Amino acid sequence: MSESVPGGAHTGGATLAAENAGRSGPGPFDPARLRDRFPIFRPEGPNAGLVYLDSAATAQRPDVVLDAINDFYRDDNANVHRGLYELSRRATERFEEARSTVARFIGARDTAEVVWTRGTTEGINLVAATWGAGNVGPGDEILLTMLDHHSNVVPWQLLARRVGARLRYVDIDESGRLRLDQLDAALKGPVKLVALNHVSNALGTINPVAEVVERARSAGARVLVDGAQGAPHLPVDVEALGCDFYALSAHKMGGPMGIGALWARRELLDAMPPYQGGGEMIDVVHPDESTWAELPHKFEAGTPNVGGAVGMAAAVDFVQSLTPAAVKEHESRLVAYGLERLGRVAGLRLFGPAEPEDRIAVFSFAMQGVHPHDVATILDAQGIAVRAGHHCTQPLMRRLGVPATTRASCWVYNTTDEIDRLVEGLEEAARVFG
Amino acid sequence: MIDRSTPALGDLFQDIILEHYRRPRNKGALQDATVNVHMNNPTCGDEVHLHLVVEEGVVRDVAFEGEGCSISQSSISMMTQMLKGQPVEEGLRLAERFKEMMHGDADAAKDKALRDARALAGVSKFPTRVKCALLGWDAFEEAVERQG
Ligand SMILES: Cc1ncc(COP(=O)(O)O)c(C=O)c1O
Repeated sequence: MSESVPGGAHTGGATLAAENAGRSGPGPFDPARLRDRFPIFRPEGPNAGLVYLDSAATAQRPDVVLDAINDFYRDDNANVHRGLYELSRRATERFEEARSTVARFIGARDTAEVVWTRGTTEGINLVAATWGAGNVGPGDEILLTMLDHHSNVVPWQLLARRVGARLRYVDIDESGRLRLDQLDAALKGPVKLVALNHVSNALGTINPVAEVVERARSAGARVLVDGAQGAPHLPVDVEALGCDFYALSAHKMGGPMGIGALWARRELLDAMPPYQGGGEMIDVVHPDESTWAELPHKFEAGTPNVGGAVGMAAAVDFVQSLTPAAVKEHESRLVAYGLERLGRVAGLRLFGPAEPEDRIAVFSFAMQGVHPHDVATILDAQGIAVRAGHHCTQPLMRRLGVPATTRASCWVYNTTDEIDRLVEGLEEAARVFG
Repeated sequence: MIDRSTPALGDLFQDIILEHYRRPRNKGALQDATVNVHMNNPTCGDEVHLHLVVEEGVVRDVAFEGEGCSISQSSISMMTQMLKGQPVEEGLRLAERFKEMMHGDADAAKDKALRDARALAGVSKFPTRVKCALLGWDAFEEAVERQG
C-alpha cells in the first residue's frame, strides 16, 4: 500500500513514527499520548475526561487536519481551476495535490479515477444515478448484504424502482459474517452489481471483499465497496481488492465532514454520464448542448469543497504517519481486550464475530433488561459517549431480532482504560435497572 | 474532569418509572377499539400501537402494545392509567399539562392530575430523552384527531 509511496508527503508522519520508535512501552504507538494531537480531548477544554466511543459515527480530528484547513483558507484561498492569477494557481495545486494523496492512499493507479464527493453516501448515489441508470435494467438484480448501511441500500432501492430491477441480499451467519456459501447461488441470477461494505459499521465485521470480487467478476457482475469504515481501519488497495467502485468519507478517518471520495475504474467513469450539471464539469457549452470536461472534473459540478479536500489529505497523511502496521496492532489489542472484558459482563449479548481477526474495535451489544437508550443515557451521565439505535442498519437489526443495540466504537486514540470505564459504566446500568 | 452539571441519573430512573417499565399497565390488544394509532420514533426505533375505545366523547378503554426504552414505555403505561374513563377533552388537557412538565414547568410537575407521570418530571433535564416520554401522548393526540 501507501508505505511505498514516493515523494515524501509525510514528513510530519515520519517524525511521529520516529518518536514512537524511540519509545519504550507495550505498543508501537501510545494512544494516550496520541490524544494530545486531538484538541477536542484537551484537558483544559470543554470535553476534558470524555470517553469518546462513537468514532464509527464520526472520528475526532487531529490538530494537523484543523491546521491544514485553516492554513488553506488563510493563505491559499481562491476558486480552483478558474483564475489565471498566482493565488488561484496555488489553490488549484493544493486541491489537486490532495486528490493525489487520496489516490495514493487507496492504491489508485490513476489520480483521475478519484472524484471528490460529499462523502460515502454521495459517492454511492453518484454510481447509482449514472452507472446504474445506464447498466441496470428491467429484471436485473443488485446484490446487497444484510450488513449494509442505509446509504448502501436506499440508493439501490431508488434505482431498482426507477428501472424495474430487483434487490437481493446475502445473509449473515450467527456471528455476523457474510454467508459466502449463498454467494454463488445468488450470483447465478442476472446480477449486474454486488454492493457491500468493506467493514460493517454496526457489527465491526471485516468482509472478505477480495473473495467476493473474484466470484462476482466470474459471474460478470461489477462490485461497489462502501469503504466508509474500511479506510479508517484497514489498509485500502483498490487494485488488490479488484473492485470497480470504492466510496469513502473523510470524517470517519480524522478529516472534515462534507468531503469524501469515490474511486472508479477509468473505463467506467469514461462511459458514465455526468452526475450533476454546472460549472467546472463542462468543456464547451452551447445554448442547447454541452460537452464534458476531462476526468475527473466531469463529475464535479460547481465550486468544490477545497478546504475539505485539503483537510482530507491531511487526515490521510496523519493516518499514514501512524503506519498501517501500528494502527492494526493497536486495533487488535482493543478488539481482544474489548471482547474479553465485555464478554464477562453479566447479561450482555455481544453481536458480531467472536474471532478478533474478523473484526475491528466496534462493539455492538444488548443488555438484558436495559434498553439501549437507557444504557446510553447512563453511560453519558458518566462521561462516556456511545451510540444507541439502529446504526442506519434497520434490516440488520430485524435480522438480529433486536430493535436497537448499544454500540461502542474505537479509533486510534482509544485506550484499554476506556474500555474498562465502559465496562464499569455498564455495571452501573445493570445496578440502576437491577 | 466530567461536567458535573450533568443531572443525576436518580432524577431520571426513579423506582416508579422502572416499575411501570417492568410491569406495564393496560398492555395488549383491544378487540373493540374504535381507533388505533401506530407511532414510532425513527431515530431510535421506539414504538407504540395505541388502541382506544371512545364513546360519546369518553375514553371507555385504552390499551397499548409497544417496544422501546424505559422512558417511552413507562410514560405510555402511566398515560393509559390516566386516560381510562376520562372525557377526551380532559385527556387533551392532560397531554398539554404533560408537555408543559417536559418543558420544565414546575407547576405542571406538581399537578396531581398527572398522577404517576409526575415521576417523569426529571426527563426535562435530559433533552435527548424528552421525545421518548412524549411518544405515547403524541399517539393519543393523533388518535383523537382521527376519531374526529
Ligand atoms: C458503513 C457505512 N457506510 C456509509 C456511511 C455513510 O457515510 P457518510 O454519512 O459519511 O456519507 C457510513 C457512516 O455513516 C457507514 O458507517
